[in-house]
Amino acid sequence: MTAFPPVPLVEGVAAPLIRDNVDTDAIIPSREIKGVGKTGLASGLFAGWRYTEGRKPDPDFVLNDPHYAHAPILLGGANFGCGSSREHAVWALHEYGVRAVIAPSFAPIFAGNCVRNGIIPVVLDAATIAWLGHKVTIDLLAQTVESGDVTAHFVIDPEAKAMLAEGLDAIALTMKQADAIAAFHARDRVARPWIYLERTS
Amino acid sequence: MHVVARLGPRDDLIAIDRVFLHERTGSVALKSLAAVGRPVADPARAFAVTDHIVDTRFGRTGTLVPGGGAFLAATREECAKAGIRLFDVNDPDQGIVHVISPELGVVLPGATLVCPDSHTCTQGAFGALAWGIGSTEAEHALATGTLRMTRPKTMRVTFTGALQPGVTPKDMMLALLSAHGAGGGKGHAVEFAGDAVAALDIEGRLTLCNMATEFAAMTGFVAPDAKVFDYLMGRRYAPTGEEWDAAVAAWRDLRSDQGAVFDREIVIDAGAIAPMVSWGTSPEDSLPVDAAVPDAKPAALAYMGVTPGRRLAGTRIDAAFIGSCTNSRVGDLRRAAALVKGRHVAPGVTAIVVPGSMAVKRAAEAEGLDRIFIDAGFEWRMSGCALCFYAGGPGLAPGARVISSTNRNFEGRQGPGVRTHLASPETVAASAIAGTIADPRELAA
Ligand code: SF4
Repeated sequence: MTAFPPVPLVEGVAAPLIRDNVDTDAIIPSREIKGVGKTGLASGLFAGWRYTEGRKPDPDFVLNDPHYAHAPILLGGANFGCGSSREHAVWALHEYGVRAVIAPSFAPIFAGNCVRNGIIPVVLDAATIAWLGHKVTIDLLAQTVESGDVTAHFVIDPEAKAMLAEGLDAIALTMKQADAIAAFHARDRVARPWIYLERTS
Repeated sequence: MHVVARLGPRDDLIAIDRVFLHERTGSVALKSLAAVGRPVADPARAFAVTDHIVDTRFGRTGTLVPGGGAFLAATREECAKAGIRLFDVNDPDQGIVHVISPELGVVLPGATLVCPDSHTCTQGAFGALAWGIGSTEAEHALATGTLRMTRPKTMRVTFTGALQPGVTPKDMMLALLSAHGAGGGKGHAVEFAGDAVAALDIEGRLTLCNMATEFAAMTGFVAPDAKVFDYLMGRRYAPTGEEWDAAVAAWRDLRSDQGAVFDREIVIDAGAIAPMVSWGTSPEDSLPVDAAVPDAKPAALAYMGVTPGRRLAGTRIDAAFIGSCTNSRVGDLRRAAALVKGRHVAPGVTAIVVPGSMAVKRAAEAEGLDRIFIDAGFEWRMSGCALCFYAGGPGLAPGARVISSTNRNFEGRQGPGVRTHLASPETVAASAIAGTIADPRELAA
């Protein structure tokens, strides 16, 4: 089972949103989360910055610039995706069309959420990000970012890379270890019986 | 201890002992699992609560958040189907997830506990490995009882010495954030140590660990000691009898070895910390209440409407909020009540106290704290996340300036255009009385 479309390669416009500490409340304000699901979120993406009062597009916001609308790549600042763990931030980005975010650093929960939903979190230093042009190519397999005459290498955890490149479903992957899980529980029930609870109603 | 299988040089499949869910993100995880027909592996070790969007006014029945009813309904339905114990709106044990999990003895030393909520690190105060995950990871934890993870780096933050009177764990964390940045703990599991931490009671340690996520840490924790064991004894889901004795014996060994090596060490003199208040839109934008606002971050200054070079103390406020998983336990309320007793909230200031759980509410009422707050002009409410974040519905007016015992001051966190100043419950209480940001030490004197 694939969880999302694989992203071995992302090519296209890179929209600069170079601010440090862009938090998940900014990516999707809680008031924009209206349904119990992972869809219907793109219109609320960056709502606080994207719209003026009366929900008119704010011309000063980068994604309202026709050059950058529905860019598959976002360029961010340090500690991107900090704050609330809400995965809606990643679902909203994905639904909007984002397939990669390039930033000097990511908040850990956000980066994990990206990997589980088909968005590549690419870590590059701020100086390199500043050199990237309008169009960027991210080759996940080669772990490179190219733009104009800039080629930069990035590091990504091998499991994250495999999940993104193949659109792997982590649960299915783990289910293959069912024997190891059962063996662990058999040992652990003896070592730490207090961890295991009776089912309460 | 929790490694089920090795997945790579730094990656493991690790056993998850407890999963706690709340209606805002847990409902999505449960529904999504059910949609693909995957059962919850061990529902007895999963718990759920409605806290994020529930109404906190007396006589509540559900939520005032537009569209919020669907989250409550989905949580109820999916918990019932999966056999997960839900602490719902009118349950006597309802409250903010990170407040009730300790009260119920769900979190235990040495246990792994996850929740699709970034402040799960709060519960590291018990020497548990507790951290926030996304909804999809929560599905994984529920379906398999495990998570795939990369071993975090380690950091020790040592607070030496002793806190000055009127200075609290909240101030310790704001001081750490202001000195080392909101990204300072990135990717690390942070152990809080030192004399000033050992001296804290459990509630204080919960406040400390709560804000590890504001430091971008994977989690925070404190090595468990006798205070932890005393707190947990007799709690509903804590072990009993011989199992309790065996557990405590195991928990005593959970301390970092003398001479353990950490990837990073930070040392802070606790005695030099003053009551802190945030001035900007990141928790790192914090300073001592009597210091001047720096000339930095123009966007943050503009959003907050504060002036570089001017002290925060004396700035007029519109609202004061005591609540949230950071600072809403009975000790927090007791210390705030001591400052407001016999005084009155300044005219024009909306002041609200929301106990972190119904158990906290009952304990506070048994001590008469509710009367002190109400007589002083505070609103006294039922438990929940309340004004800590804005999900829609009734709220503070755009541009309102609120001093808040919460953990996040991001743009719009407490409502569109709302300006949040983070502070301890004492500083919030003193400010509510003064009508301006105020130093609690002056009121106490
Ligand atoms: S009180 Fe605030 S920070 Fe804590 S869990 Fe609720 S919304 Fe999150």
